Amino acid sequence: MSWVRLFTVPVLVSARVGYLGLVFTLKLYVTGETLASRTAIRNLHEICETYLDEGRYTIEVINVIDHPQLAENEKIVATPTLIRELPHPMQRIIGDLSDRDRVLLGLDIA
Amino acid sequence: MLEFTEIPKVPTRIPGLDMISEGGLPIGRTTLVSGSAGSGKTILAAQFLAHGCEDGESAVFVTFEETPADLRRNLQSFGWDIQAWEDQGLWAFVDASADIDSPPTFSGDYDLGALFARIESAVRTVGASRVALDSIGAILNQIPDGRLIRAELFRLTALLKRIGVTALLTSERSTEHGDIGKFGIEEFVTDNVIVLRNLLEQERRHRTIEILKFRGTHHLKGETPFSVVPRRGIVVIPLSGYDLSQVSSNLRISSGNSELDDMCHGGFFRDMVALVSGATGAGKTLMVTEYVRAVQDSPDEKALVFAYEESRDQLTRNAAGWGVDYEQMERDGKLRIVASYPESLGYEDHLIKMKAEIDDFQPTRIAIDSMSALERAGSQRSFREFVIAITSTVKAKEISALLTSTTPTLMGGSSVTESHISSITDGIILLRYVEGFGDIRRGITVLKLRGSQHDNEIREFDIGENGMRIGKTFRKVTGILTGVPVHFESEIESIEQLFPDPEGKA
Repeated sequence: MSWVRLFTVPVLVSARVGYLGLVFTLKLYVTGETLASRTAIRNLHEICETYLDEGRYTIEVINVIDHPQLAENEKIVATPTLIRELPHPMQRIIGDLSDRDRVLLGLDIA
Repeated sequence: MLEFTEIPKVPTRIPGLDMISEGGLPIGRTTLVSGSAGSGKTILAAQFLAHGCEDGESAVFVTFEETPADLRRNLQSFGWDIQAWEDQGLWAFVDASADIDSPPTFSGDYDLGALFARIESAVRTVGASRVALDSIGAILNQIPDGRLIRAELFRLTALLKRIGVTALLTSERSTEHGDIGKFGIEEFVTDNVIVLRNLLEQERRHRTIEILKFRGTHHLKGETPFSVVPRRGIVVIPLSGYDLSQVSSNLRISSGNSELDDMCHGGFFRDMVALVSGATGAGKTLMVTEYVRAVQDSPDEKALVFAYEESRDQLTRNAAGWGVDYEQMERDGKLRIVASYPESLGYEDHLIKMKAEIDDFQPTRIAIDSMSALERAGSQRSFREFVIAITSTVKAKEISALLTSTTPTLMGGSSVTESHISSITDGIILLRYVEGFGDIRRGITVLKLRGSQHDNEIREFDIGENGMRIGKTFRKVTGILTGVPVHFESEIESIEQLFPDPEGKA
């Protein structure tokens, strides 16, 4: 997809693709560099590092102020919003991801 | 010293709304539109934007409820091609409708920053000056935290003010009277509140619009009826907002009956509203036929008849019986008959339909047969407002109108209809039955004719092949109008002397 190049803050893009199980494609929509944005980014990394194998997930952070059209396409209303694009079906988690149990539930991990 | 400067307004061009709001919506401010389900909030919001687009003013529609695809399709019936405006870069949607397929999980704090960023971006992209948000209550389907929404509503109105757009924010209410919105806060975050109501009045839907407040500017107070019209959208009908500023015409026209013209000392006036009152069968429809007949002799005249009691065929047959060929007149473009059931529509829709017919046909005289039948279409107050509205309309266009009214009793009497409209009309003609010694006769009199002398006699008339024939004055009879005629000479023979010059009548 060509619009991937538009992303400004690719925090971590994994180099390897997992050979077992599922690959997680995660997109985190935030509004600017607010406290909630930073908290959500930190929480997401901690959760992925703890519960997912390295290389089996990608995280992209999208600032809706810079890319409102991407937020429009995904109909993002609240921020932060985490979208699990893969594996299917798509899942949405709204909030700064500080309630870890609910994040795990939403992502269908563990 | 205090200086009062009126806040400038942007015309909505929604018919009637600019009149009751005295100019439109306050520029650069957010106006809350509150109403129950089906009260027309979405249409009002979309119409405000659509009329802007028609004038080349860009618009953004933020939808929380219906999808843009649904809105494009639903609003097409009002003649608004939203897709075309989108293609021209005049209209943009911000789609915040709920995704039913995948309800989100919530974890920790959040705000509506993404929505605000999208609105601001859309406004900048199309250069919008008008924004509609429909409806704020539906956001609860996605964000269950009411406290957060209240806080965010403050931010939202601040954002709209900062980017300088004139906005309409719609909100549901569960009852027609009481709290303005679901959160009980919307009316405090906006300076301006409009309430739409959808009331059931005598088994009929009655829609009203009320400007509850416009901070720092003037507007008309109270509820005003409106209607949702196909291909036009919302039409507000400010029935009581008419000025008594019509110019009066001294030009005379024929009533269609030369004797009646004589009784009126020269006929009707060109912009006169006349009321014909009589019991059933007394000759009201005949009066209408005479009135229509008059246009035949005048090259510039055209008549429009609104029939609420009889069908077109019945009217045509009746008229033929009195020597008037309605069908030929219609073919010649001298006449148009609009027949409908009074109960088929409410007053607002009757009025809109009548105005549309008048604008389309451009008649010089109209007849409404009968007002009493129309009285069944709604409440008394609405009826009176309707009468004022229709008479104002015809007077503004300097056309004459003949209204008929049926009295409930055969002899004498008056009807509710008359008490409602008699003060509004310029002329009143009474048709009455007169009972005398085994006969029913008919009498006619001109009770009132504003701006002219007229005969005060009660004259007998009969109905023949050529219509109405007005004869001699009733003498030696009194009490006709009260319905209790008293004859001065009680002998049976005196009937012969009832008229000084009897024309072979028994």
